[in-house]
Amino acid sequence: MPKRHWPLYLSLALFLRLLLMIGLAPSRSHGAPSQTLMDAPRQRTQSPIVTGTSVIGLKYKDGVMLAADTLASYGSLARYKSVERIRPVGESTLLGASGEYSDFQAIMEMLEDQTQEDRNMDDGFKRAPAEVHSYLRAVMYNRRNKMNPLWNYLLIAGVNPRTGGFFLGSVDHIGTAYEDDILATGFGAHLALPILRRRWRADMEEGEARALLEDCMRVLFYRDCRALNRIQIAKATREGVLVSDPYTIETSWSLAAFAQPKAGADTDGSW
Amino acid sequence: MSSTGAGYDLSATTFSPDGKIFQVEYATKAVENSGTAIGIKCKDGILLAVEKLLLSKLLVPGTNKRVHHVTPRIGVAVTGLTADTRQIVNRARDEAANYKESYGDYISPKLLTERVSNYVHYFTMHGSLRPFGASTLIAGYDDETKEAQLHMVEPSGVSYRYFGCAVGKGRQGAKTEIEKLKVMEMTCRVAMKHVAKILHVLHDEAKDKPFEIEMSWVCEESGFKHAMIDTQLIKDAEKWAKESIEADEMDDDE
Amino acid sequence: MEMPGDYPGLKPNEISTGTTIMACMYDGGVIMGADSRTSTGTYVANRVSDKITALHDYIYACRSGSAADTQAISDYVRYFLSSHSAEVGRLPTVKTAANLARRICYNNKDNLLAGMIIAGWDPVHGGSVYEIPLGGTIMKQQFAIGGSGSTYIYGHVDAAYKEGMTKEEAKIFVRKAIAHAMARDGSSGGVIRIVTIDKDGVEREYIPGNELPYGP
Repeated sequence: MPKRHWPLYLSLALFLRLLLMIGLAPSRSHGAPSQTLMDAPRQRTQSPIVTGTSVIGLKYKDGVMLAADTLASYGSLARYKSVERIRPVGESTLLGASGEYSDFQAIMEMLEDQTQEDRNMDDGFKRAPAEVHSYLRAVMYNRRNKMNPLWNYLLIAGVNPRTGGFFLGSVDHIGTAYEDDILATGFGAHLALPILRRRWRADMEEGEARALLEDCMRVLFYRDCRALNRIQIAKATREGVLVSDPYTIETSWSLAAFAQPKAGADTDGSW
Repeated sequence: MSSTGAGYDLSATTFSPDGKIFQVEYATKAVENSGTAIGIKCKDGILLAVEKLLLSKLLVPGTNKRVHHVTPRIGVAVTGLTADTRQIVNRARDEAANYKESYGDYISPKLLTERVSNYVHYFTMHGSLRPFGASTLIAGYDDETKEAQLHMVEPSGVSYRYFGCAVGKGRQGAKTEIEKLKVMEMTCRVAMKHVAKILHVLHDEAKDKPFEIEMSWVCEESGFKHAMIDTQLIKDAEKWAKESIEADEMDDDE
Repeated sequence: MEMPGDYPGLKPNEISTGTTIMACMYDGGVIMGADSRTSTGTYVANRVSDKITALHDYIYACRSGSAADTQAISDYVRYFLSSHSAEVGRLPTVKTAANLARRICYNNKDNLLAGMIIAGWDPVHGGSVYEIPLGGTIMKQQFAIGGSGSTYIYGHVDAAYKEGMTKEEAKIFVRKAIAHAMARDGSSGGVIRIVTIDKDGVEREYIPGNELPYGP
């Protein structure tokens, strides 16, 4: 949690904000705080609280795939173990999120409102994943310029409903955005990307792509303290988007070092 | 000024001596001159249909929609002055979006109707405003009570819940036909054929402008979502309607 | 991150509900539980606190974090809910209550220290439990625990929770969990307050501090 420098002013500011929230602006004549109080420096750039870890994605022969585990952590506490971090946006886009879960929920609500607006228009227009990506880039960059970022690293995947082209892109919490054939957020950028780089091909079959993502998720489960072995894989193809139910991946615990630990006075030591 | 109320029709803020607000009545007249809109509560849901009069041969088919989505489970059919109806549809969508934002769930058809009614009524109470020349049929499925509902908002801002209702040019005939045919006991899919027939029967080929039919439903078949009915399906219904009308005429001739 | 006995977001001398709170679904309704201790630093400012507050006829909230913040949030939600239920002419859903609380917590996350559990019964969904932790995330749960004391009983509740418990089973589950948390968390203590909500209404009871299933 950030340090609070101005506790008194903060509680005043909060009170005023709550009043404003329900449309009751306090009148200045009733001993309202002076301008200088309200102008006091205010710390508000939060740090994330309920967080999701890596999301990884790749393009393959028939479309684009994303994978993420279903854990929402609270600091080091594995607090929510069956949380969906990959969601469909409209009919041809997938959004996967690491970082603050409440911000992801807010982003999803925003996008769902827009999807409803598109539907209301009823003119046959469908948003392409590249448009969702570009929009989210603008939102994230805008919020960081207000010194109040949405604390997420997002992957956007999908198939353009007009051209049939595949899309995979990322946006971080300050609005940095790019596209690639393979992408990973958070720990995944360190642990999954090297594996993806070695094994990825553009003409991968669905099964191969799925196996590759599962292998990456397995490594992440082994080496990321905020990861879980319960995952979801989602695909966007020309037939539409599909997010799998959460399922548990196989893990291996048969390394020699498990059975034969090296620690002991007669060895060269271990940790 | 006579006591019948002459001169009391320039503003919606003033009653006539016999208790009328003429501007509201004129607004109702504006609706009565436009294409017929029909809403029916069928056995399995709600069917909305609008007769869309084509003012020019140069219009692109499907242009100038009169049936609109509001939420996944609510749709509206409007008739009257098109530009006025736009305002109402936009307001309905805003109300629905605001409700969802505040309460985390979709608005019920009943509450949406109340909110739209309030909005429409507001325009009958101010000197600087003119009432809407538009009536709105609201069809929707209430997730909480698990039932489909049909409501109609009139230019006065009043609204009722209906089993079946009709507004616009052919409203009288339509209401009689709906009652006579017991359309309310059919499924939406069957009823749409009869509704197409009603619209064609009431349409005066010689006098009225040519028209298109627009339909939507919120029923079992659509998973209780508001869905526009496919143009092909409507064409089929119209084909059946025309054949049925011809058959009726043959019977009459005999 | 909220640590036992240590709320970095709290102002000096501010009263906090260093707490154990809990809610759990059972077939037909929900059970909510809480300890009764409110502290300023290490002094027990109130040993008869009621951290389970009514938001509507069948919807209650368990409060943790700053007492001032959670009371203010509850007041707003109670106000919004009553006007909402008057407008729709039916009982509000627990989901709606939770969403109202969520909105306040999320939109003011930088200034609030509030972890809440919203639970209750409504005619549409039956019993439901929602949790709103610090950042204003909203999570629908089978059961939820919160407050500083909850950190000591995660292992216990994970092992002891069963799906589809009866009212009596759920009551035992909640009592036992809170008793163990109170026994190990210095900031939780006193009596266990229990609120049971189902279609037949709300029942309130408490377990005296010397009759706890475990401890103190």
